[in-house]
Order: sequence, then structure tokens, then C-alpha cells
Amino acid sequence: MSEPLLSVRGLTKHFRLEGSGLFEKGPTLKAVDDIDFDVAQGETLGLVGESGCGKSTTARLVLRLIEPTAGSVVFDGTDVLKCSKDELQKLRREMQIVFQDPMSSLNPRMSVGVSIAEPLRFHGLGNQIERFARARDFLEIVGLSTDYFDRLPHEFSGGQNQRVAIARALILRPKLVILDEPVSALDVSIRAQILKLLEELQRDFRLTYVFISHDLSVVKRFCERTAVLYLGKIVEIAESEKLYREPLHPYTQALIDAIPVPDPSNRNIVQRAGLEGDVPSPINPPSGCRFHTRCPKRMERCSTEAPPLQSVAPGHQVACFLYR
Amino acid sequence: MAEPILRVEGLKTQFKLRAGTLKAVDGISFTLEPGKVLCIVGESGSGKSVTAQSILRLVEPPGRVVEGRVLYRDKDLLTLSEREIERIRGDRICMVFQDPMTSLNPVFTIGEQIAEGLRAHQGLNRAAARARAIELLKLVGIPNPEARCDDYPHQFSGGMRQRALIAAAIACEPDILIADEPTTALDVTIQAQILKLLADLQRRLNSAMILITHDLGVVANLADQVLVMYAGRMAEYGDVQTVFRDPKHPYTVGLMNSIIRLEEPRDAELRSIPGAPLVPINPPPGCGFRFRCPKAIERCSQEAPEPRVDRQGHAFACHVAELNGAQA
Repeated sequence: MSEPLLSVRGLTKHFRLEGSGLFEKGPTLKAVDDIDFDVAQGETLGLVGESGCGKSTTARLVLRLIEPTAGSVVFDGTDVLKCSKDELQKLRREMQIVFQDPMSSLNPRMSVGVSIAEPLRFHGLGNQIERFARARDFLEIVGLSTDYFDRLPHEFSGGQNQRVAIARALILRPKLVILDEPVSALDVSIRAQILKLLEELQRDFRLTYVFISHDLSVVKRFCERTAVLYLGKIVEIAESEKLYREPLHPYTQALIDAIPVPDPSNRNIVQRAGLEGDVPSPINPPSGCRFHTRCPKRMERCSTEAPPLQSVAPGHQVACFLYR
Repeated sequence: MAEPILRVEGLKTQFKLRAGTLKAVDGISFTLEPGKVLCIVGESGSGKSVTAQSILRLVEPPGRVVEGRVLYRDKDLLTLSEREIERIRGDRICMVFQDPMTSLNPVFTIGEQIAEGLRAHQGLNRAAARARAIELLKLVGIPNPEARCDDYPHQFSGGMRQRALIAAAIACEPDILIADEPTTALDVTIQAQILKLLADLQRRLNSAMILITHDLGVVANLADQVLVMYAGRMAEYGDVQTVFRDPKHPYTVGLMNSIIRLEEPRDAELRSIPGAPLVPINPPPGCGFRFRCPKAIERCSQEAPEPRVDRQGHAFACHVAELNGAQA
């Protein structure tokens, strides 16, 4: 692999919660706990996991929208976490994010055209005529008519608004786009429209994506490689096809088995035993391997010792004592 | 075929909005047999939730049921007095909503909220209702129910809240359980647990169930019958095996094709339905799906297709499928 575009090492974010007394220290929420991953230029890496696994916190840390507790994020040769405010501002032109719900990420009183042009204004690029012309170009690029420039978000469907949000993220011509559940709020019949658009844009603009989702089927279809997160830790990372065909970590296996199969002659959920128990809280997570409380294959050492993420095959890493 | 426990006939529910009349439910009919599961599938704006709310008369102004009948044990629920419907609601027909946080009252304990229905409908005293609430919490898989009974909703996780809500809904062993997207707000592994629980309880209590969902995987796992809705109307209705094996309506076909299947290779084509779901505010004449339909013919814009039922009870409302059926 050539030099990765994004390289994350030991990334950690602990939130100190409020204590019950005035001088009492509150508990610590370990949202992201010492994770490493690389994303190559032009690649799509999927981050998949359930609520509280730290996938969205990771996205915000990479963009330095929140400050990490520890670790490093190197983007295109620059350490994002060490650079100055000015440098960060410049860097942010190259790293953009698209959120799950376009209705809440777009200003309801701003026409979609002005919204799309807004990042150009923010970064002081071009005059208004140039900026609006550019916004019109990007409306077309995401498959919307330029006639829609003056419309407001509420006049659009969810899918159309997500196109607007994508146009706004791309207008600065970033190298990296973080997609945080970009199709989760959309109807099933239009998800593929947006995924296809994202694939086309990736080719045309040579984009690198980090794709965050709770839906393993979508991640597997869209991402070359996938990292599975559980309570702030990466438990497995591999090529998506391989992860699906030979999942090693018991949690990855459970995630795959928990997807309801759309075939009435294979009632996989109601006929098979699934994973028991709740996802534990990231406040005081379980000791040792964080998955041991729910793991059907737990051994004695799992409750005391945390398994490190280790290579089991080229490009395939897993954090589980079963594979040592 | 058993005598149906619920028969919905020509149900129409409309909302008078400033922009016009939203025909949320526009002539829906179906029957529910005792002990069976009917899944209502559709996208946003299809009218699936309003259908459920109309059955229990939970539609609030500016919405109103304008036509149709909902027959339950020879009574039309739509003509009952407020008192009579209240006696059925929460007792014989119960509902589980998508978001357990908004349907649980934050200032009462979980146990109190389950006991409430038991005291109101079954006349149990405080102690007996509490004992039964604990039993129910145990039944839905809440660990340590004696202690958790006194917890407040915020002390429960999302999955546990949904379990508690299910416990409240089945407290009076209803004839019909209506679940509106009961697992949509939950994590995948928790969704699997709740689906299993619903299937298990439904079988054990032999209740009939109406499950509303947008997820065809959920449908395939639980349904006996499927009703596919689009823009307030029925697109297709039939036995789950038949609808999945041989979908007739182009919308059902499109939905099936849009599923991103885990087992598909990564380079498989991503398929979708062009356009966006129609919001039926002052809907134009003809079939609501024709704007997105790959098979639309001229007739589709002139008259709305009426549902046709074949001998197996498989119904679909589509001019083109009807023509094809006639040729075959």
C-alpha cells in the first residue's frame, strides 16, 4: 500500500461526566479507546457498529470537531491534532462530512443553492457570482436541476436534500469525505440512488471515503474494507467481502446473523438463537474484552485481559483470544 | 379459513392541510385471522401508520377517518362511543409504538405503567397488579424484574424500554397486537431479540398481530400475510410466500430489488426505484405509483387500478399486471 491518505493511531476520546457531588469526580465515558486504522487514497473504509460503539465520535475526532484525549490523526502528511487554527481551517477544505439527516444539517431558511455555495463564502473563495455559478454546477453534478437553486429544503424529498448536502460537501473539492450514516434516514427504494451517486462522485473526483453505518449489508456493498467497532474498540478489520465470508470475531458473526434475511422460507431471526443481553454502557465498560459479557465463546481470560488487535492474514486483523 | 378477528373495509383517512387534502389512507381493506401476523409494508407517506391509528381511532385533527368500517367481533370500531372504544383499546387491541421513550411516561415507574392497564381493564388491586407486572417483565426478558419494576424509564436501555412497552401491551392478553415499527429505533442485535420476543409471545398468547415496518427482512421473518401500501393505497396483498416468490405489483418488485442483500457480490448492480415516494396531498387521478413505474401505460394516468384478487387470495392493484395476468 502506498502512503495512506489518512492514518489514525491510538485515537482515544474519554468524556468526563458530571459527578453527583460538587467536588466529586464523575465517571468516565470511553467513547473511543485507542483505535488505529489507515485509509488509502481513493479507498472507502467502512466503520460499522451499534450505538455507543464510537463510530460517530471517531468521525468528529478525525475532523477535529472535538478534541481527542490522546492519539494522532495524520491526513495527507499533516498531523491534524497538532496543527494551528489557520492550518486547520485550510485542512478542513480537504476533509468534509455528510450527516445522516439532511433536514437537520441544512438551514431551513436558506435556499439550497445558497447552502451549497456557503462553504465557498466561509473560506473566502470567489465573489458571489462565481460562487453561485459553482453551486449551480454542483446541483447538476449531484443530479438536480439548476432550476432548483432557489428552492428551500422543505420543498424537497429526503433523497433530494441528501443530494444537496453532498453537493455542499463537495464544492470545496475535498480529498476525504466522511459519510456518517448517509442513507440511513432514506427510504429503501431510494438508498441505492444515493449510493450510486456517491460511487460516481468518488470516481469523478478521486475521493476517499470513510463510511459510517450501523447497517452491515450497506457497508459490505459500499466499502472495500470494513472495521467493526464495539464499545469504542475495533474488534475486527478486513476486506469487506472477506469479513462477510469469514468473520472471525464472535461479535462480527453476531452482527451478520442479526440481519433479518428477506426470505420467508429462511426465518433466520425467529428460528435461531441470537446474541443475548444488552449493549453495555460505555461508562465503565466491561473489563478485559469488552464483548465478553455477551460472547457465546468467552473463555476465562476474556474477562480479565483485553485481546489486542492482531494480524491473522494479510489485511485481516482481529482482537480475540480465539485466534492466537 | 378461520373467521377473521378483524375486518377492515374501504378505510379512508384524510388530513385537511393548508396545502390541500392529504389522502393518507385511501380505501384500504384487509382481514386479519386470529393468531396470524399481518405485516403492512411501505415507505414514508404510504399511510401504514395512519392505517393502524385509524383502527384504534387514534388519529388526531386535522386528520379524520372519513369512510370505511373496522369490524371487530361484529362491532364497527369506528361507530363505537368514546367509552366503548376505550374499553377495547389497551385491553383487547393493544399498540406498541416505534419510540419507547416517547410512549412511556417519564414520571411513573415501569411497574406502575404496566399495572395501570391491569387495574383499569381487569380491576386488579394495587398489589395484584404489581405482582402481575413483575411476572410480565420476567416474561419479556427483563433480568431481576422485582427490582427493575420500580425503575423509571430513563433507567432502562432502549431495548429494555421496548420490552417494557411490549409487557404493557400484552398485559391483558389482547386479541390483537398492533406494533408500529417496533424495532426501527433499535440496534441490530437488539432488534433481533425484540423480533424473536414478539414472535414468541404472539404464538404463546395466540394473539393476532399487525406489524408495521419498512424492512422486508422483518416481514419475511414474521408475516403470514403482507399488505404493501403506496401513497395511501393498497399495491399488493397476499400470503407472504406468494408475495415474495411472485410479486405482481411493479412497486413490490421494485422494493424487493432495492434490498441490499448481504450475500450479493460487491460489484452487483445497486438497484433503486427512480424518483421519490409520492406524498398524496391532492393526489392526481390514476395510479399513485405511475410516476416511478417502469411499466406505466396511458391508462395508469387516467384511472386508479382497482384491486383484483386471484383464486389464492393474492390481490394487486395494477393495470399492467392485470393485462399480463389475462394473457397468461
